[in-house]
Amino acid sequence: MRRRAILLAALVLVLLWALLAAVIHRPILPSPFEVLWITIRELPGELGGHLLVSLWRVVASTALAVLAAVPLGIVLGQSARADRWFSPFVYLLFPIPKVVLLPVLLLFFGIGDLTKIAVIFLILFFQILVLVRDQAAGLRPELLFSVRSLGAGRRGLFRFVYLPAVVPAILTGLRQSIGTAVAVLYVAELFATQQGLGYYIYLHGSTLFDYPRMYAGVIAMSLLGLGLYLVVDAAQRRLCRWQYTA
Amino acid sequence: MIQLRGLSFAYRNQPSLFEDYSWQAAQGESWAVLGPSGCGKSSLLYLLAGLQLPSSGEVRIGGEVLRRPRPRTGLILQDFGLLPWATVRANIRLGLRLRGFYGPDGRHAPRDEVIKNIDERVDSWLQRLGLDPVAESYPGQISGGQRQRTAIARTLALHPDLLLMDEPFASLDAPTRQDLQDLTMQLRQERGLTLVLVTHAIEEAALLGQRVLVLGRPPHREPNVIDNPGGGTPDHRATPAYDRACARLRSAMEQVT
Repeated sequence: MRRRAILLAALVLVLLWALLAAVIHRPILPSPFEVLWITIRELPGELGGHLLVSLWRVVASTALAVLAAVPLGIVLGQSARADRWFSPFVYLLFPIPKVVLLPVLLLFFGIGDLTKIAVIFLILFFQILVLVRDQAAGLRPELLFSVRSLGAGRRGLFRFVYLPAVVPAILTGLRQSIGTAVAVLYVAELFATQQGLGYYIYLHGSTLFDYPRMYAGVIAMSLLGLGLYLVVDAAQRRLCRWQYTA
Repeated sequence: MIQLRGLSFAYRNQPSLFEDYSWQAAQGESWAVLGPSGCGKSSLLYLLAGLQLPSSGEVRIGGEVLRRPRPRTGLILQDFGLLPWATVRANIRLGLRLRGFYGPDGRHAPRDEVIKNIDERVDSWLQRLGLDPVAESYPGQISGGQRQRTAIARTLALHPDLLLMDEPFASLDAPTRQDLQDLTMQLRQERGLTLVLVTHAIEEAALLGQRVLVLGRPPHREPNVIDNPGGGTPDHRATPAYDRACARLRSAMEQVT
C-alpha cells in the first residue's frame, strides 16, 4: 500500500513535469520522458560511474560518522561530567552550517575525496552525536541496575544495553541528515573534481549546455538521496521493530 | 548469608539514610523490608545488590565483603528492568548471554559455572512461568504480570542463591499480584533461596516475610525486626497468624512514622 502510494506520487510528479515542459517549451526544461530515457541509457555508462563515486563518498562519510559519533555519544550520555565539559563545544559547533567550512577543508585536505568525505562527515557526526548522547542519557537507571545485577560491567552494558538502545537514534540522525548530506555533496563536487554527480550536473548544465543530460544527473542525484533514505527507513523498520509494535 | 556491619550510607548532598547500621539474615530465610516511601528501603536493596557502596562499614554476602554486584544475587525491580527492544525470550536469555560474554571469571559470572544448553534453559523457564505464548513479544506488548514473570525467569535462569525484589508487584492488579506472590513463595521454597523483598504494603510484608525489617524515618541506626512465624508460604494468607502479623506491622509502622 505504502509502496503503491509512493509510485503513484512519482507518476503524478512526472506528469506535472511533462505538462510544464509542454507549456514552457524551451530547451532548459526538456520532457521528462526524454530525460528518463537518457538516464536509463547513461546509467550503465558515464552517469553510473559518477553516481558510484558520489555513492562511495556518502557511504564512506556515513560509516566514519557512525563509527566516531556513536561511542562518543554513548560516553557523553553515560557521564554527566564528560558531558559538562564537552557539551559547550557541541553547542557552539552543532549549529554551524558545515558547508561553509568547505573552502577551509579544501585547503587542508586538498582536491581529493577526503574533502568531500570530511564535510559530509561533519554534518552527520554532530547530528548523530547529539541524538545518541540524548538517548544514552535518557536510559532509565532501573534498566541499568537490572542489567548490572545480571553481571554486566562496562563492556557488557555497552554491548547489550547502550549499543542496541541507541540504534533508533543513529537511524533517526541518518534519516534527518541524509538529504542535507546529498545536497552538500553536490556543492562539494562543484569544486576541484572531475568525478561525482555534482560535477556531472555542472558540466552538462553550465559548460556543455546539454540540458537533458544535466537533468539526468539531477535525477541520479535524487535517486541517490531517495535510495539512501529508503535504505535507512528499511533498516529502521527491521532493527527497531519493537517501536512499531508497542 | 547477609551481614551488615556498622553500615553508613547517604547519597551525595543528601541527609544520611543509615548510620552505623548492623543487621543480618540467615541463609534460606524470607525477609520483607517494610517502610514508607523515601525511607531508604530501596537504597538498602541496592546496597545488598552491590549497586551502591556504603560510605563506611561493610556488606557481607555469603561471608564475602561486597564491592560490586555479585553473580549469585538476583535483583527484580518494580518495572523498567527489561530491555524494551528485546523479546521476552531474548530478555530471559540476557543473563546467560552475559555469562557467556565474560566467561567464568568470578566477577561477572560464577567461577564454577559453565553455561551450556542456553536454549533449553530458556525454554524450560518460558514454559515454567507460562510465557510460551508471548515468547516472541516485546515487553511493551505484554501485561504487567507477564513482564514481572519475564523478570523472574530471567533472574532465576541464572540460579541465584539470594533474590532481592524491590516492590515487584506494586503496579499489578490484585489477582495478578496474588498469583505472583504465590509463585515467588513457591519458587523460593523449591530453590532454597534467601529472599529480601522490599514493599510498602503491610499485607505483602505479612505474607512473604518470615521476618520483617521495619524502616521508619531515616537515619536508621538500629534494626527493628518483627518475627512472623508461618510467613513465606501461600497458606499463611488464610490463617489468624497472618491477621495478627498485619496488626502488629500496622502498629509498628504507626510508631516509626
